[in-house]
Amino acid sequence: MSFLSLENVTHHYFTKKNVTRALDDISFSLDEGEFVSLVGPSGCGKSTILSIVSGIMQQTKGKVLLDNHPVREFPGAIGYMLQQDYLFPWKTIIDNVLLGPKIQQKTSADIRKKALELLSEVGLKNVEDDYPDSLSGGMRQRVALVRTLVTDPKVLLLDEPFSALDYQTKLNLEDLVHKLLRQYHKTAILVTHDIGEAISMTDRIFVMEANPGRIAKTFEVPIELRDEIPFLVRRHSKYQPLFDKVWAALNGEEIQKNTG
Amino acid sequence: MAKKYKKTRDESHISAARHRNEKGLKDMKTTKEDQHLYNQYIHDINQERKIVLFWQCIIIIGFIGLWELASRMAWIDPLLFSSPSHIVALLVEKFSDGSIVRHIGVTVMETVLGFIIGTLLGVLLASSLWTSKRYANVMDPYLVVLNAMPKVALGPIIIVAMGPGYGAIIAMGAIISVIITTIVIFSGFREVDPNYEKVLKSFGATKWQCFKEAIFPATLPVMISTLKVNVGLSWVGVIVGEFLVSKEGLGYLIVYGFQVFDFTLVMASLVVIAVFAALMYKIVEKIESWLIKKAT
Repeated sequence: MSFLSLENVTHHYFTKKNVTRALDDISFSLDEGEFVSLVGPSGCGKSTILSIVSGIMQQTKGKVLLDNHPVREFPGAIGYMLQQDYLFPWKTIIDNVLLGPKIQQKTSADIRKKALELLSEVGLKNVEDDYPDSLSGGMRQRVALVRTLVTDPKVLLLDEPFSALDYQTKLNLEDLVHKLLRQYHKTAILVTHDIGEAISMTDRIFVMEANPGRIAKTFEVPIELRDEIPFLVRRHSKYQPLFDKVWAALNGEEIQKNTG
Repeated sequence: MAKKYKKTRDESHISAARHRNEKGLKDMKTTKEDQHLYNQYIHDINQERKIVLFWQCIIIIGFIGLWELASRMAWIDPLLFSSPSHIVALLVEKFSDGSIVRHIGVTVMETVLGFIIGTLLGVLLASSLWTSKRYANVMDPYLVVLNAMPKVALGPIIIVAMGPGYGAIIAMGAIISVIITTIVIFSGFREVDPNYEKVLKSFGATKWQCFKEAIFPATLPVMISTLKVNVGLSWVGVIVGEFLVSKEGLGYLIVYGFQVFDFTLVMASLVVIAVFAALMYKIVEKIESWLIKKAT
């Protein structure tokens, strides 16, 4: 039985002049603890999928089920991490991290302790009373990760969370996020432009195509790569062949678009 | 204003430099030469400030001196343009017998209340517009018309509706700033990055929670900046209100002086208004920087 499933999800964007089918009949399902990724060209609807799964946007057709119930019945069950950290600049780090519990009215001494533990787990000690401006980009994104994890969401959505960071920080954070998600056995969806990131972090890769947004191909990441640290996956002998296959699938889509 | 702005900027510059220097002493070995250059830098800044202040004094002294001279030599009609010495004499008299204190008190009270009411009402109206997109769309043309209309033109109607008294004049001081405050703050609300709301909604936040946690605090700087504009506007509303109907206040003194052809009284009232308007502006500026410090 699947934990999170999308059934024939279709979504339209409307403007005064026309209508665009952003997502066309998307179906896939995740088991609990599974980590999948969506890769594809810009405008293929990757972020739209995340917005729909999170319940922020309502699909025009189809169902999103969490534990066999519509996902909108569980407000706050889906953690959402955006491309930029979107830490609230007027709140201290600890207040930022405790934003979720505050919204859900679950603030307590225990949650605060847990938040501090998570902060130190991601290598941020003694920064809880600082303001976000005084932290570097990588540190801020780690705070955003803790903010997402502290409410203990059933599913985590990661929308290109490393794309605004420099390469070194990005690699370090990949390792950290991978470790934490495995450790807490989190179900997660990662949207990325980086094929290497998709292979090294996730269990399954959905390659999408645009106009309308569809899942073109699905790749299983070999079992040997799944539990390996992302940094080391990139050196594994099975890494490059998969990279080439995903690359080919992505470019096949490009060619189709150019001729059509 | 430009003068004060520059001054505070220079001051912050100096204190920042000092701060840096103290810090620098800790993590970096400052040589004698560094220290010398730093002293030179501070000296230059102070020197520049003195020169600016000197010219500012020259302008005001020159202006007053020329005015006095022109009046005494009858280059300008002393009956119409009065003279600084007459104005000072009148002010001394009015302050010593206390008759002007009441007028000042009334006008300042009306302006402060008009300013506070106008600003608060503007914030409330903007917040109510934010709650419903449809409501905001419905109200849009009315806001545009009300904003375009010169509010002081409503003066007679307000006075008829509220009766000639403090209430009508305070209403004038408020109404002049309320629409523009509403529009500025509402557009501030709409310009808040939608991703903050996205973060909150992913936690299951309600609309009110989104407003309280993201929209309102993110717009605080905009609200604070409207304070400075509104304090000036309230003065306009109140003085015009007093022109139209009142028995007290600085606006009344101006109109009265005009009617009895006592332009020394008109000028003296203008001087008092200038001083108090500047004072109030300064106070709002202080409140503003205090609020910004508190909000960030």
